[in-house]
Amino acid sequence: MPRPSAFRVVMASLTTMLAGVFSLQAQALELDDWSSVEAKARGQTVYFNAWGGDSRINGYIDWVAQQVQSRHDIELVHVKLGDTAEAVSRIVAEKSAGNLERGAIDLIWINGENFAALKEAGLLHGPWAEQLPNFSLTAPEANPEVRSDFTLPVEGLEAPWGKAQITFYYDSARVETPPRSMQALLDWARNHPGRFTYPLIPDFLGSTFLKQALLSLAENRGPLYGPVSEADFASITAPLWDYLDALHPHLWRGGRSFPNSSARLRQLMGDGELSLAFTFTPSEPAASVANYQLPPTTRSYMFDDGTLGNVHFLAIPFNARHKAGALVVANFLLSPQAQARKQDITVWGDATVLAMEALTDRQRQAFESLPENPATLAPEALGRTLPEPHPSWMERLEQAWLERYGAR
Amino acid sequence: MPSGHAVGVRLAPWLAIALLSLPVASGLAGVIAPAFGWLPALGGNALTLVHWQALLQAPGLGRMVQLSYVTGLASALLSLSIVVLFLGAFMHTRLFTAVRRLLSPLLAVPHAAAAIGLAFLLAPSGLLSRSLSPWLTGWQYPPDILFPGDPHGLALIAGLVIKEVPFLLLMSLAALPQCQASERLCMARALGYGPLSAFLKAVLPGLYPLLRLPIYAVIAFASSTVDVALILGPTTPPTLSVAVLRWLNDPDLTMRFMASAGALLQLVVTLAALASWWLAERLVRQLMRGWLENGRRRSGDMLLGGVALSAVSLSVLLILGSLIGLILWSLAAYWPFPQALPQPPTLRNWMGAAAGLGDPLFQAAVIGLAATALSIVLVVGALEAETLHERPIRPGAQLILYLPLLVPPVAFLFGLVMMQVQLGVAPGLSVVILGHAIFVLPYVFLSLAESYRRLDPRWAHLARSLGAGPARVFWRMRLPMLSVPLLTAAAVGFAVSIGQYLPTLLLGAGRISTITTEAVSLASGGDRRLTAVYALWQLALPALGFALALGLPRLLFRRRSGLLTPV
Repeated sequence: MPRPSAFRVVMASLTTMLAGVFSLQAQALELDDWSSVEAKARGQTVYFNAWGGDSRINGYIDWVAQQVQSRHDIELVHVKLGDTAEAVSRIVAEKSAGNLERGAIDLIWINGENFAALKEAGLLHGPWAEQLPNFSLTAPEANPEVRSDFTLPVEGLEAPWGKAQITFYYDSARVETPPRSMQALLDWARNHPGRFTYPLIPDFLGSTFLKQALLSLAENRGPLYGPVSEADFASITAPLWDYLDALHPHLWRGGRSFPNSSARLRQLMGDGELSLAFTFTPSEPAASVANYQLPPTTRSYMFDDGTLGNVHFLAIPFNARHKAGALVVANFLLSPQAQARKQDITVWGDATVLAMEALTDRQRQAFESLPENPATLAPEALGRTLPEPHPSWMERLEQAWLERYGAR
Repeated sequence: MPSGHAVGVRLAPWLAIALLSLPVASGLAGVIAPAFGWLPALGGNALTLVHWQALLQAPGLGRMVQLSYVTGLASALLSLSIVVLFLGAFMHTRLFTAVRRLLSPLLAVPHAAAAIGLAFLLAPSGLLSRSLSPWLTGWQYPPDILFPGDPHGLALIAGLVIKEVPFLLLMSLAALPQCQASERLCMARALGYGPLSAFLKAVLPGLYPLLRLPIYAVIAFASSTVDVALILGPTTPPTLSVAVLRWLNDPDLTMRFMASAGALLQLVVTLAALASWWLAERLVRQLMRGWLENGRRRSGDMLLGGVALSAVSLSVLLILGSLIGLILWSLAAYWPFPQALPQPPTLRNWMGAAAGLGDPLFQAAVIGLAATALSIVLVVGALEAETLHERPIRPGAQLILYLPLLVPPVAFLFGLVMMQVQLGVAPGLSVVILGHAIFVLPYVFLSLAESYRRLDPRWAHLARSLGAGPARVFWRMRLPMLSVPLLTAAAVGFAVSIGQYLPTLLLGAGRISTITTEAVSLASGGDRRLTAVYALWQLALPALGFALALGLPRLLFRRRSGLLTPV
């Protein structure tokens, strides 16, 4: 039984929450009548909180801002984050302070754990994504990945924006035959000590490497797609720890230090400290060669039995002030024109979430005429995608890793 | 009718306290409440200690605490020793003048930029290793050596020292005239003391009290730094401050409870480091009394002078090397190991960045100037009140002044944002300026306070006896006589404001973009070329500020050389 005082507090916060819900309904948008949304969006300023660490992505968002300005009279402001958690903090702070309608964030670029956390805490607006006019172009029946984020059902709380998949890359001047499976990676590392590593847990890419290794090494993948609490964590992850125990002595710095982020991992490739690395953005090696960050002899590939992949999304916080504007921008970002430009390797190179068969011939043409680059992955290499495990696994894996290797 | 001066003097202390105490209190509340389980937005509705238990079980916590504590004290001790030995061995020499000229560009380098530069200089694939490879080392590829990022935090300490040495040197330059350093030194030299012994025995006992607050600030900063530790510190485990940041940024929102407990622990570690230093001060004073009075004219002057020279040269060389590394990267296209220089150099990175730079630079300058001006007015007002009433600011109020330096900003700012939202203040320029002032004011205060307090009261008595009122004494006597420390304090404050990332981002809801917010978000993308361009622009503003602070008085007071530093 909760003590009366605590109980009152719970009731009070429930009441505030309900009041918030009602006031939101009062100004609810008629999603079925898209032109009314567009009319409401006119003249709004949309604050788009998105990671700002890549000048090419920033350049693409600048272009989007010009487009929505001229097409819809919306001013799009890119709030450049160093880490998406900064925006999540703000939403939590606004909720704590009772700001239920005038939030400072209108649109946010997220997926995975961040989405799971915001969804669970009830901090997202929606459902709205499936009512976007352009959503049908993703052919969701045939491509269920746009409806689930790390196995969590999206339920219309976020709209798909792009696709990512673990892609390995190596310097072909130093490596002749790169490893094409987890087991081969261990042998390769033994023969090339200090030339491979992965980002420090809990960096996103580092944790993704753990999941990739676990998926490859686990005898039975089934339990990985349910909550971790329902599985026998110790026995399922035992092969992973054996593998890492064997791998770590052959890593960069003998596994005693790890790069802080995926950006730092790429820097180490550029410095020649590593000769094999990986990324979550298939186009990144090619783009980084064009940007002088990686050796011109860089080549990318994927594991033979597939690598982990996922979709990244756009969400609207529960208290966003300019929801109509955010909806119109999200819809524009899903348009064939915006998606084709995003996939252009000279612009950003982020894979589209649109289904080619759902497009008209004219719409498809924009995708077919995109330029190529020797460091780019051949299109047929993509496709063997392993879906993400349930998000609860990530947290447990990170904890277990930190206990084993986080302090030595 | 009360004059403007009188009203200002009465209001300033209260305004300063209000500016700091309200945000600091709500900032602290924003840490303390979640640390004990209270954060209704995330379902924390009951007081509990489980988050502390979770914190104590965090892997490697002991090592994290130890790292933070040791790096804080070690870097302060090293920096202070270098500065003291250097001043002692080289005051009144040409070398001293040369180092002083270098001071403003060195001070202006933001901590993170210096750390990036140092990491690049010393890393196995860095500038030093490139310039020796392969002709000397035979390395075709970078060797696999764990530095920087060594488990003992040596690289981290080095990175802190190269930034704190110029800071303490600047503070000393502002303080030396106040403790009659030149006169004392001349006297001791006349009595036959060697240069270093004369300084250590006659000047240092007067100088140290003036440096005490800046040293405390150095300890607080070094034991809680995040950006330097991220770049140069160890990773398994990292320092406590880095771990706290990780927990705060964890996508699992329930980690924020433990992060808040961690932030409080960080505060305790910083306080413990300060307390240890304070105890050591007492101890040294007891132990050295005999040595001070033993009358020996020389004590290893040559040897210590040599140590001082090499230590100062090393730290100047390291920071210059880091700067050169930044400049080279800003001119690089693809730059593979072991090429020592980028070939061919290109202006592409500078051109690419040029278009987007104007606005962030302007915003940063406006915010920096406004926050510094506000802080200077409040600090001078508070100090003037103290001088007029001949009563020091109460210890409680002093503590409030320093709290923003002690509490790790990541945690503290969450509470601040909550308060901003609660008060219904829209994110924007003015909130950001106020937010910067919270961090600028303490630095301005500690840069200025001792010089202000130690200004010989007989000057004021003299002026009063000639018929000048308090306002006239203030405007015509005190301000001009204190112009060197005032300008120095302003330059330090401006540099502090330029360096602020989180307050700008959080209080402006990301809508105010300064050169620093741009630089940090780009740095997270890891393109060293663009990061270098932005870091160089970022240090251009404070460099200008320091150059003005050091140069203006020489220009204005050509005929009043007594107001300038006596060295």
